[in-house]
Formats: sequence, C-alpha cells, structure tokens
Amino acid sequence: MIYENSTTILSVQGLHASINGTEILKGMDLTVKSGEIHAIMGLNGSGKSTFAKVLAGHSAYEVTAGSVQFEGKNLLELPPEERARAGVFLAFQYPIEIPGVANTQFLRLAYNTVQTQRGREELDPLEFDDFVREKMKLLDMKPDFLDRSVNEGFSGGEKKRNEILQMALLEPKLSILDETDSGLDIDALKIVANGVNQLTNKNNATILVTHYQRLLDYIVPDYVHVMQAGRIVMTGGKELALELETRGYDWISTNKHSIAGEVA
Amino acid sequence: MSEIASNDYLECLLKSWSIKPTESQSWLNQLRSQAIDRVSAQKLPTKRDEEWRFTDISSLTHLPYRPSQSECALQASDIEHLYLNEAENSLVFVDGHYSPELSKIVDQAALVIGNLPEFLSTHSATLECHLGQYATFENNVFSALNTAFLRDAALILVPKNVSVTRPIHLLFIATQQEVTSYPRCLLIGETGSNVTIIEDYVALQDATYITNSVTEISLAANAHARHIRVQRENTHAFHFANCAVSLAHASHYQSASISLGSHISRYNLDVRLLDEAAECIIDGLTLISDRQLADTHTCIDHVKPSGTSHQQHKCIVDDSAHAVFNGKIIVRPHAQRTNSSQSSRNLLLSSAAQIDTKPQLEIFADDVKCAHGATVGQLEQEEIFYLESRGLSELAARNLLTYAFGAEIISRIPVTSLRQQLEQAVLNQTQGK
Ligand SMILES: Nc1ncnc2c1ncn2[C@@H]1O[C@H](COP(=O)(O)OP(=O)(O)OP(=O)(O)O)[C@@H](O)[C@H]1O
Ligand SMILES: [Mg+2]
Repeated sequence: MIYENSTTILSVQGLHASINGTEILKGMDLTVKSGEIHAIMGLNGSGKSTFAKVLAGHSAYEVTAGSVQFEGKNLLELPPEERARAGVFLAFQYPIEIPGVANTQFLRLAYNTVQTQRGREELDPLEFDDFVREKMKLLDMKPDFLDRSVNEGFSGGEKKRNEILQMALLEPKLSILDETDSGLDIDALKIVANGVNQLTNKNNATILVTHYQRLLDYIVPDYVHVMQAGRIVMTGGKELALELETRGYDWISTNKHSIAGEVA
Repeated sequence: MSEIASNDYLECLLKSWSIKPTESQSWLNQLRSQAIDRVSAQKLPTKRDEEWRFTDISSLTHLPYRPSQSECALQASDIEHLYLNEAENSLVFVDGHYSPELSKIVDQAALVIGNLPEFLSTHSATLECHLGQYATFENNVFSALNTAFLRDAALILVPKNVSVTRPIHLLFIATQQEVTSYPRCLLIGETGSNVTIIEDYVALQDATYITNSVTEISLAANAHARHIRVQRENTHAFHFANCAVSLAHASHYQSASISLGSHISRYNLDVRLLDEAAECIIDGLTLISDRQLADTHTCIDHVKPSGTSHQQHKCIVDDSAHAVFNGKIIVRPHAQRTNSSQSSRNLLLSSAAQIDTKPQLEIFADDVKCAHGATVGQLEQEEIFYLESRGLSELAARNLLTYAFGAEIISRIPVTSLRQQLEQAVLNQTQGK
C-alpha cells in the first residue's frame, strides 16, 4: 500500500552488474518506500533473479556501476549476512537443499543469529519449537517438515512454503520473493499469498518477481515494473500486469523508460 | 625401505612373541603356524604395490613396536566415559588383551559371548569352521601377523532366531606406547538371528603404537547384523584393520565405518555375498586433518544371483591430510539380477588436502543394475550463499555445511549416545578453526 510521507527503504540508481565478465544488469533504477508492494515482471533471462541476488549480496556478481541505498545505508558494502541481519530477505527461485541439516536446526540458527543482531533474546530449542509451529500454521505446513533435512526431497511447492516460513521468522524490512508462486497449485498459492499478506505492513516492503498475473490477484501490487535486458523499461499500476497477460511483452519499447498508458 | 629391512622387521616381530601352543586345540596351533609361515614368506607392502600405492608405511619400521604386555592397570572408573549407555554387553580389550574386570556381560544365557579361549573346548568344532576362514592371510601380511599372534578375541555367537535387542560394545583401548596390539573379533550369526555390534578403537595416551586388527563376520541364512566401526585412535597411531564378511542366503549386513583418528590408517573391508538374495549396506565416513592419512579399501563380491549392495563413502579432508578410497565391486558370471550402487563423495577443506578415490567395477554378468559415482569438491558457493542470506556468517555457513556433509552418514547410526559423540567429534573438527 502507498502511504503518504512514508520513508524510502530501497533506492537503486543506475545499477550495473556482471557475472564472469558478462554484463547482466544495465542501469537498474528502483525506489521502494515502506508499505509498498512492487512486482517485477519480464521475459526469461531479462535479469530479474540477478537483480534479486545482487541485492542479497551474492559474491559471484560484480557491481560495476551505480548505487544501492537500504534505509539510507550503502547496501553494496555489506556482506550478505549483514544485509540479512539488517532486514533484507530473498526468497530463492530455486531454494537450496542441505542434506544432513535438520530444518528446525537451520531455522533456529538463522532466527537466533538475526535476533541476537537486533539485540533480542535467543530462543532455546523448546521455545523455538512452539514459536515455529505457530508460524507454520500460517502456511498450513505439517510439523514433520521440521525434522527433515533442509529442503531435501521437498516438493517444489513445499520448498516455496519453507522460504515464506523463513520470511515469517526473520521479519525482514525488505522481502524479495523470486517466483515464489511458480510451482504452486492454486490452493497453495492462496495459502502462501495469504501468509505474505499477513506479513506485510506499513513498516516493511515487498518486491515480487513473477511471471503470472495470477499471483497479483492475491497479493495486490502498488507498482508493476517490466524488466528487459537488465533494466526496468516500463512501470505501471496493477493493471499493467493484466495488460501484459493479454498482450505479452512485444509491444514495449526497449529504448526508453515508459509509463504504462503512454505507449499505444 | 629395502626388502632386507622389511623382512628383518617382520622376523623381529615374530621372534619377540613366544607362541605358547594350546595343546588341546591342534587346529588352532596349525592355523597359527600357517600364519607364521605366511608372515615369513611376505614383505611389508610398499608404494610399489598397487594396493598400497598411496599409503607409505615405511615409517612403521623406525621403531620395534614389540607386542603389548598383558598387564592392565585400568579401573572401570578410568574408562567410565568410554562405555555406551545403550550397550548392556561390553567386551573390553586393553592393548589387545581381554579384560574380564572391565567387561560387562549380561546375556550369557542367550548367546555365546566373551573371550575366545573360554570357548575353545566347548565350541571347538564351530570355531574351527569359522576362525581364520574369512580373513585369509595368504596375501595379507597384516592378517597373517594378527593370526600368528592370535590369542584373545571377542567372540559373539548369536544362536538361531535369537534377536539381541541392545547393541554389543567391543571396546579396544590403547594404553601402551611403542607396542603393537592384535585385536581380533569373530561374529557368528546363525540362521534368522539379529545383532548390532560396535567395534570401537580408542586411545588413553598420546604416543605412537600400532593396532593390527582382524574382524570376521559370518551370517547364516536370513541373519541380520549391523556393524558399527569407530576408529578414534590417537593421531600418532598406526591402524591396520581387515574385516571380512561372509553372507549366506538372504542375510543382511549393514555397516558404518567411521575413521577419525590415527596418523596412518588402513581399513580393508571384504564382503562376499555367497548365496542368493544377500544384501549389504556399507556406509563410510573419513574425517581427517593435519598430516593424517586414511586409506579405505573395500571389496564387495557378488557371487550368487539377486544380491543387493549399497555403498556410500564420504571423506572430509582438511589441512595436508590425505584420504584414499578404493571401492571394488565384483559381479561374478552367475550373479544375475545383482543390484549394486556405490557413491564416493569427497570434500576438500584446504588446498593442500588430497583425495584419491577410485571405483573399480568388475562385472561379469549381464543382467545387473550397477550405479556408481564419485565427486571431489569444495563446498558449493550456492549453498554458502543460501545460508549467508539467512544471516549466518561465511564461517558459520561453511562449518554447518561441512558438519552436514558428515552428519548424513552419522545420522544413520542407530545408537543415540554414540551418534551424539560422533556428531560432537565432527563439530569439534569442523569448528576447530
Ligand atoms: N554465471 C553466468 N554466466 C553468464 N551468464 C549468466 C550467468 N548466470 C546468469 N547468466 C545470464 O544472466 C541472464 C539473466 O539471468 P536471470 O536468472 O537473472 O534471469 P531471470 O530474469 O531471472 O529469468 P527467469 O525468468 O528465467 O527466472 C541470463 O541470460 C543468464 O543466462
Ligand atoms: Mg529468475
């Protein structure tokens, strides 16, 4: 939701980034204020996940130009764990499996690390168990997911729920959800969307990367951006997603940043 | 090392031991003297031997390593921390010698359990059928030496259809310096029996010594055995071990071998599936650092049809340590419908660490399912990033992933207290820096 006089959480300006010498991001600009939900759409390979991972601090990407301010701080100089502790959260498009680490052990470690950083009390295994079970209800997850290895053998949809569970535990300022809707059946989509909606408020912000308008019926965005070849080429309101759904991406000019509606 | 030096060394070893014949058991005397002959006829292996090409044991000859003494000064209270809660029966051997004071035996009525010499007169025929019949010493100088020195041994015979619910702990404690000890185990599982044994090597001192052990396991039809082997010798020790397993019809052998200790260790595991539908599951974990060397050679021999073998071996190697894994799988011409898998996964934690892994498949039947794979790598960048993105420092992420790599094997050990000890050992190793 757009609030008047809300503070800026994220400010990205002229961001260029490469991997293995190939430039993927070519001048990203984006401003996100507290309370807002932004959707980023765009063709496969346009750089959406790259943008998400650069924000989260993946070391394989080299930022060659531009700036990223997170709550007024230079985000680019922080290592990934400090970004997480400061309140940046990335729900992965492809969550990683970690055989040998129980999900509950991993969740508690992440939770306590972030809590300590924020000057709050750690939870012992018993306390944490109660706490996490409560959060799992929000996502309609079965408790036995706690005892299994992190994401190992989870179905696609189960992995995505586990990502949102982590979001619920870590209470980020800025959540970047990379295709969290992909691979979810319609019931799961509603549950996950409902979970996300309960976690959003006027003090935090969300960036949703998605290919489908369907998700945006449940999590209503304030802005929809279209990415092409490493930058945002069009920005509109939620109706832009509907238009993309019917017309595809062909009609969008790649030359200049347009505001939806201007281009016939 | 020259051959002369090597032969001298073996001869000295033999002379240092006055072998007292057990007059009543001529078969045992004969077995020993055959073994002595084989020791005399062989040399210590060198890196020129294909089976030992990565493992240089020449430093063994730097000291005489006399046979250990049988006096034992240990009290039960000294080794309280080494007993396992879950085990009711514990056989304790100090420097290879049986200690009745430290051992605890409760199941004497249900099974045959104790030190070999106690059963030589009552179970002579059975013992003659099994002892020395699986761990052959024709071409294995360490088995030959062990058999030449054979006296005390852990004996477990599980009678027909008896299930032993609690694990049996075989605890081998090293206390003397610059000696060689010769631990020996024999497990006989009769038809339909079921047992879990934990073969555990520990040290209560920091100096050098040699353990040369032989374990033989024979499972009759439909018998089940779980065999957990923990090698946590001190890091100055030499550990040479041979384990031979013989599987009859539809018998089931499941093992987990954990190698943490020793300066140089070598473990040979030979499993023969001698009749139809036998099954084995073989897990291995090597976790070493500094200048340790741990060499594991396994051979799984499918002799008859419809056998199953699943093997997973993992090594975590830090500093300038060196791990070797050689996994041979033989499927003989008659062993149709064999289902076999082998995976060797290896984690290098430093640039000086070294791993040599080699699957060796010898398949002579055509209707078989055989999957194998080996990987050597560092921790995955994507896995580290995933954990970092949840707030863990890079070091914490690396430690957790290294721990997880080993914990996958340990988590399958069905003895809680041992599992916890091993988890702690892995934690200490992975978080030591
Ligand atoms: N290691 C790499 N080396 C070279 N190019 C890479 C590398 N990793 C990613 N790319 C390229 O970067 C581009 C952007 O990829 P990215 O994953 O950000 O796209 P995306 O918009 O998220 O696509 P999708 O909708 O399929 O998820 C792609 O063309 C991809 O091939
Ligand atoms: Mg993507």
